[in-house]
Formats: sequence, structure tokens, C-alpha cells
Amino acid sequence: MATVQFKKIVKRFGDNLVLNGVDVEIQDHEFVVIVGPSGCGKTTLLRMLAGLEEISDGEIFIDKLLVNELHPSKREIAMVFQDYALYPHMTVEENMNFALRLRKLPRAEIASRVAEASNILQLNKFLKRMPKQLSGGQRQRVAIGRAIVRKPKVFLFDEPLSNLDAKLREEMRVEIAKLYQRLNATILYVTHDQVEAMTLAGRIVIMNHGIVQQVGSPIEVYRKPVNLFVAGFIGSPTMNFVPGRLTVKDGTAIFSSEHLSLPVPAFVLPQKEALEGREVVLGIRPDDVLVERPGGEKCSGRIDGVLEVCELLGHRENLYLKVGGQRLLATVEAFFNRSPGSAVGLCFNYRNMHVFDKATERRISE
Amino acid sequence: MKTKMTAAAKRRLVKSVLLHAGLLLFAAGCVYPLLRILSVSLRPGDKLVSTDLSLIPAGATLLSYSKLLGDTMFLRWLWNSLLITLATSFIGVSLASTAAYAFSRFRFPGKKAGMILLLSSQMIPAGMLILPLFLMIMKLKLMNTYLGMIIAYSVSSLPFSIWILKGYYDTIPRSLEEAALVDGTSQVGAFWRIILPLSTPALSIAFLFNFTTAWNEYLVARVVLFSSKQYTWTLGLFELQGQYITQWGMFAAGSMLVTIPVLCVFLYSSKWLISGLTLGSVKG
Ligand SMILES: Nc1ncnc2c1ncn2[C@@H]1O[C@H](COP(=O)(O)OP(=O)(O)OP(=O)(O)O)[C@@H](O)[C@H]1O
Ligand SMILES: [Mg+2]
Repeated sequence: MATVQFKKIVKRFGDNLVLNGVDVEIQDHEFVVIVGPSGCGKTTLLRMLAGLEEISDGEIFIDKLLVNELHPSKREIAMVFQDYALYPHMTVEENMNFALRLRKLPRAEIASRVAEASNILQLNKFLKRMPKQLSGGQRQRVAIGRAIVRKPKVFLFDEPLSNLDAKLREEMRVEIAKLYQRLNATILYVTHDQVEAMTLAGRIVIMNHGIVQQVGSPIEVYRKPVNLFVAGFIGSPTMNFVPGRLTVKDGTAIFSSEHLSLPVPAFVLPQKEALEGREVVLGIRPDDVLVERPGGEKCSGRIDGVLEVCELLGHRENLYLKVGGQRLLATVEAFFNRSPGSAVGLCFNYRNMHVFDKATERRISE
Repeated sequence: MKTKMTAAAKRRLVKSVLLHAGLLLFAAGCVYPLLRILSVSLRPGDKLVSTDLSLIPAGATLLSYSKLLGDTMFLRWLWNSLLITLATSFIGVSLASTAAYAFSRFRFPGKKAGMILLLSSQMIPAGMLILPLFLMIMKLKLMNTYLGMIIAYSVSSLPFSIWILKGYYDTIPRSLEEAALVDGTSQVGAFWRIILPLSTPALSIAFLFNFTTAWNEYLVARVVLFSSKQYTWTLGLFELQGQYITQWGMFAAGSMLVTIPVLCVFLYSSKWLISGLTLGSVKG
């Protein structure tokens, strides 16, 4: 088990700047999930840590040891590849003990480690099979098994569940969570899946265009996204954004856009900086748009809207609303018995309202 | 419904009969000359032309075989050929497998030009290479030696082998090697433990190609070898033509005997030719 430090990591493919100064520190035993849109450099970052990609600039430390020039085989890292990369000419067992055989461990030790891993992953029945005789989920478990028998310093997972169906993915997610508790390992895990990120992560690293946007616990990045990108990326369905302008009247900030206008209380937006005339974007999650419900004191006043479309998801319902020309999405308890086209009253929950500067896209609210 | 089914079945039957008739015809066309040679080799006397069309001629005898093995250096020639051919095949395939790996996996200046150069060297007729080969082998003082032959042969089939192997390596996902690196092998180890075992179909094709071309080669051997003790069987058999007044029986017997090693190699390597080993390594 080990710590990992990325220091000002830069990666260029020719003229293409893929990573631009990534600075992340990972503690011992930490489960860090890296998320970001496709092509933002997640895989590249993992591959650089594994030693499969050259480092254009910056330094990587594993357990305080500079590994920039260290051969992949010497880094004591296990990687579960985006495509599982099982050795097709070896049985499941040989796949799993390949690294151990290379290290010439005693036979009994190899056997017991493989037995342990295959017990955890329920692979006992498949040990003598070839990879092509396995289903996708089984292959994926072999890939994980191959990693855990090695007892490496750091585990790297690159979207390991992305090709599984929803049900299997859920099962494997729980398995990985259990595995983490059991191994108590340092894990870097790349995913596109919000749920995987929120449930598995100790900390989430959100990347965009090769730049780390925010690092924090799942609840931190959800509650206090530092910029518009993180706010829009984390959370599903996506946060509503309302662009507008601030004015200050009698000491109270007022947000007004073309279609709506509401006061922004000081506990949301302390008036530390000059707010008058500032172009901002208001962010409010669909869960915090209250429809036809008394708001209470920490909510905005009533806003009149029109219901356009309802989507029943089971226990929740998505309401597509329109306030003037502004579209808003609200998520409410099922069943919301109104027909499309009817007028509804809604309000914003101030406790979870975010204000971002329009120009810098940075969060300016508390 | 039923009549329709039988009509379809009938059509299938006709199709398969026609197909098999065609295949049989081709097979007969291929095998016929071989059978004629067999029958010539068994014929008493040195009759090449005979009105007899039976496969085993009347008074069949193994006299030609015993004369060939007893009176000539045929066994020695076979041995020379076998030695040169096997050495050529192993050296050719090992050189090609590593060179192809470099062409497939590494980026280096002149990579594309190199591949094209290799291909274009295959377009030069073999006859044109005789003179330069002769000069090189003479300079190396390897005239009339096994080594000279082995070098000449393994070098000349290298471009083809490299192309075959490079094409095959390109289909093996890179992540397999990367997984091996992360698991603790060196680059060479990954090549040895992952790439080579997965490439057996292409390796055996390259081996067969090397083997058959070297086994049947005549021109280069004619130029490099000049003492009959060093001859390969191709030279030796033609020796029979000049030395005696073409002994067709022995010639045919020799032709039959030299097919045996080739046959064995083909039968043995067929089991390595099974393709599709990379299936199931990566998802999707
Ligand atoms: N070998 C390469 N040569 C050139 N460009 C590359 C290479 N590998 C990756 N890139 C580029 O680097 C960028 C980041 O790629 P990377 O694979 O890290 O993305 P990712 O975040 O893992 O995306 P995804 O979520 O789709 O897997 C992409 O724009 C890609 O085009
Ligand atoms: Mg990726």
C-alpha cells in the first residue's frame, strides 16, 4: 500500500496538450475516483502512473519514490485495463498467477493466493477455462483477480465496468466496494458513471481538458462545486443554469434575468465583493426546485411557471417547466397529478443554490 | 410446403454434387503427375514413355530406389538439403520474428521506407540476385559451404516472412503486452511470453515458406556449390541427368523420396496453423 503524488504532470502527444499540470496527492489506503468527459486524459494519467506512457513534464512519486524513469515492471502497480487484456493463450488460472510465476514465488504461496482471489471473485469453477470461454462479466472478474493476487502497492482501474449491463455493473460495483474494504488498498479508479463515482470514491478528481477542476469528497463536489463545469458534470439529472445579472438594492442582492427575478440572501452570497451589475449564472439542482410546495423561510418566493412535460421514473418524476422563456427541470416525488400545460407555482431552495461568475465560471456563492 | 422443401433440398444436392465434381477434377489434376512419377519409379528398365497406363506397372520393382540409394550419393544430398533447409528455416524465422516485432511496435525513422524497401526487394526476379549473391558469398569465402547456402537462403526469404509476421503482430492488441509489462516482464519477456505464443499460425506459415523455398531451390545452389559431396538433392538429381544418359527410373525415385520431408513438415505444422487464438482476450 502506498501514497501517490502527481506533481505538475504535463502530457503532450505531438502538439496536442492532453494533460496540463495535474497536481494530485493520494493518501495511503485511499479510493480515488477520476471522472471527466471522454478524451479529457483520464486513461493517459493512469498509463503514465503505470509507466506505459512517457511523462512529458512533471514528476510522479509512488511512496515518495520518483518513478518517472522506472520501468513498469518495477513499479509494483496492478492495472485493470479498459479492455480486460487477458492473455488469450493462458487459462484463467495461468492468467491470474502469471505475475507470481514471473516473480518465482514458491508454489504453495502462488496456489494459496490464487485460491484466495478466486474465492473472493467466485472464479473457482472457471480456473481451467480459456478467456474466450468466459462471459464479459467473468472476464472482468478475471482481470480484477489478476490484479489482486499480486498484492500491489496501487491498483489502477480503467472503466472496468463500462461494458457490463446495468445489473451486472451494479453487482460488480458492490463487489469492488467490498474488495476495497477487504484489501484496504490504494485505488485509482476511472469511470464515466456518476453512481460509481459517488458510491465508491473516498475522493473524486474531476478533470476537463487535461486540467483538474476539483478534488474533494463526493459530498463536497456535489454540494460545493467550484465552477460551472463541475456543477454541470456532477449530479444527475444535470443542474439547472439560469444566466442573469446581480443588482444590489437596500443591501440585498437581487438576481434578475429576462424571465425571473429573485433576491439572493446573504447566507448564499455574502457581499464580500462588489456584486452590483455582475453577470452571473445561477445554479439549482432539479431536486431543489420545489413545485407546488410551501417553501419555508430558506426558500425563494413563489415563481410562476408552466408544466410542459412529465416523466415518471417510478418513485420520482421529472417535470420540465418553463418560466417565461427559461426552461427548468424539477425532480419531485411521484405522482405529480397535473396535466401538461397547467400553471404551477415553484420556488428555489436557497440552501442548495449556487451562484457562479459568468466570465470566470468560478463559484462565488458560499 | 413439402414439395417446396424437397425442391430446395434437391437444389442443394445438385449444388453440392457439382461442387464436389469440380473439386475432384482439380484434385485429380494435381495428383495425376505425382502418380505418373510413382509409376515411372516402379517401372523395370528405364522407360519413361510407355503405353502402359496402370498405376503399378507390370513387373513393378524397387530396383530404381535401391540403385539410387546404393550407387549414388543421394542420401548424402538429402542430408545436405535437410541440414541447410532446417537451419535456414530456423534462422529465417527467428530473424523475421524479431525484425517484424520492431516494425510492428516501435516508432523509428525510416520505418515506412524500410517496409516498402522490403516489399520491393520481392519484386526483383530471383535470377537477378544470383550475381550479387555469388559475389558476396565469394567475398565471405563461403563458397561450397553449408554456411554460405544458409546465409543466402535465409536472407532471401526474410522480406516475405517479415511482412507476414508484421501483419499478424499488428492484429494483437497492444494492451496484452502492456498488461505483461505491468505484471512484471521486460519488453523482451513480453515478446517471448505473449507475442510469440500468440503468433504460432503466422510463425508456422513463415516457417513453411522458408522450408519449401529452401528445400526446392536450385539456382543459388548451382552457383554456390561445386563439389558433389556438398550438393543438395536438387543439384544431385540433375547430376543423374548428365552423368548417365538420364536415368528416368532413378530420377523418379528421387523425386518421390524428396517429397516425404515436405509432407511431414506440412502435416506436423498444420496443427499450429489454427487461427483465432487471440479471441476472447479483450472485451467486445
Ligand atoms: N497515443 C496517442 N497519440 C496521440 N493522441 C493520443 C494518444 N492517446 C491518447 N491521445 C489523446 O489524448 C486525449 C486523452 O485521451 P485519454 O485516452 O486519456 O482520454 P480518456 O479521458 O481516457 O477518455 P475516455 O473516457 O473516452 O476513455 C485524447 O484527446 C486522445 O485523442
Ligand atoms: Mg479512457
